[in-house]
Amino acid sequence: MAEFTLPANSKIKKGRHFPAPEGSKNVKKFNIYRWAPEDEDNPSLDFYELDMDTCGPMVLDAIIKIKNEIDPTLTFRRSCREGICGSCAMNIDGTNTLACIKAISDCKGAVKIYPLPHMPVVKDLVPDMTHFYAQYASIKPWLKSDTPVSPGKERLQSKEDRSKLDGLYECIMCACCSTSCPSYWWNSDRYLGPAVLLQAYRWIVDSRDDATGDRLDELEDPFKLYRCHTIMNCTNTCPKDLNPGKAIGEIKKLIAERAL
Amino acid sequence: MKFRSPLKNARGLGSANEGLSHWWLQRISAVALIPLCLWFVYSLLAIFAAPYGAVISWFGSPLNSSLMLLFVLVSLYHGQTGIQVVIEDYIHTKSVSMTLLLLVKGGSLLLAVVSVVSILKVAIGG
Repeated sequence: MAEFTLPANSKIKKGRHFPAPEGSKNVKKFNIYRWAPEDEDNPSLDFYELDMDTCGPMVLDAIIKIKNEIDPTLTFRRSCREGICGSCAMNIDGTNTLACIKAISDCKGAVKIYPLPHMPVVKDLVPDMTHFYAQYASIKPWLKSDTPVSPGKERLQSKEDRSKLDGLYECIMCACCSTSCPSYWWNSDRYLGPAVLLQAYRWIVDSRDDATGDRLDELEDPFKLYRCHTIMNCTNTCPKDLNPGKAIGEIKKLIAERAL
Repeated sequence: MKFRSPLKNARGLGSANEGLSHWWLQRISAVALIPLCLWFVYSLLAIFAAPYGAVISWFGSPLNSSLMLLFVLVSLYHGQTGIQVVIEDYIHTKSVSMTLLLLVKGGSLLLAVVSVVSILKVAIGG
């Protein structure tokens, strides 16, 4: 049946408070979601105060500072710190984005940091991405072609055809879009979600791939594709300024085109 | 305890190879309803305060009764496709969603038949 109430363990309690060091002049507040599987307790919102005069400009700088100097148990993923690996995707100030390219100065008041919404939490800001990656694998994200190419030769592609991949190849699979999508929240067991569908379109539109029909066959499904109701949270939230909503629309158009 | 690879969960039962017609017809019926709704509102205003006989003779015009049939049928079709999406989105217990879908589809069909019979009765018999 439809669920109207949240499960009891999703209620977030007030957590610990870590005040700023004595004499700090430029204090910024951070509210950070905390939960660990060994806690037999509800998640909590810890409250940290940082001296911005000794902190880098990005949200990732702040949480690294917290981990290094205040609370080493704070757990999060990060790697490249320049918006290309997608590891530090999290919900900051109500929007999914990458902590490394989100400026602290863009956040008014206390900076609220949660893990990506509606994903199982492994610990603190680390969501379980297993199903998301498996969905990505399910669309066969590689070039499929029955056309043999002599060893040492390339598959040629015109500049015009290559430009069709612009706005698609830049996707770093950070899952900000998919986890902002209500359809993905309610039906992620079957709906592929914007990130995976954008990746699927990246191969459908590739001039060198000749499995286009098979790919469309795989997607034409009331749940895998048509759960998208063009809500467009995906496009609004994408930290790389891509447009998954448009890519899904293009897939629907191609499926219509071959039938009509 | 279930042992399933993540890929098996993600692939599920595979593609149903359908969904286009539902998506396409929902949009086509939406577009068709724009002129039909305008016509319906215009007609309603025209016959709203008219006497009984005038309304019956208005229905007697083949164009009016045909457009009324189209308006009712397209509205019901469009409505049930929309409600189907809402049920599929939010209700995850298969038995409940299937029951509701059958009720919605059956109810729409019943309303459609009643509407057709009523309009024809007034148009031809009235």
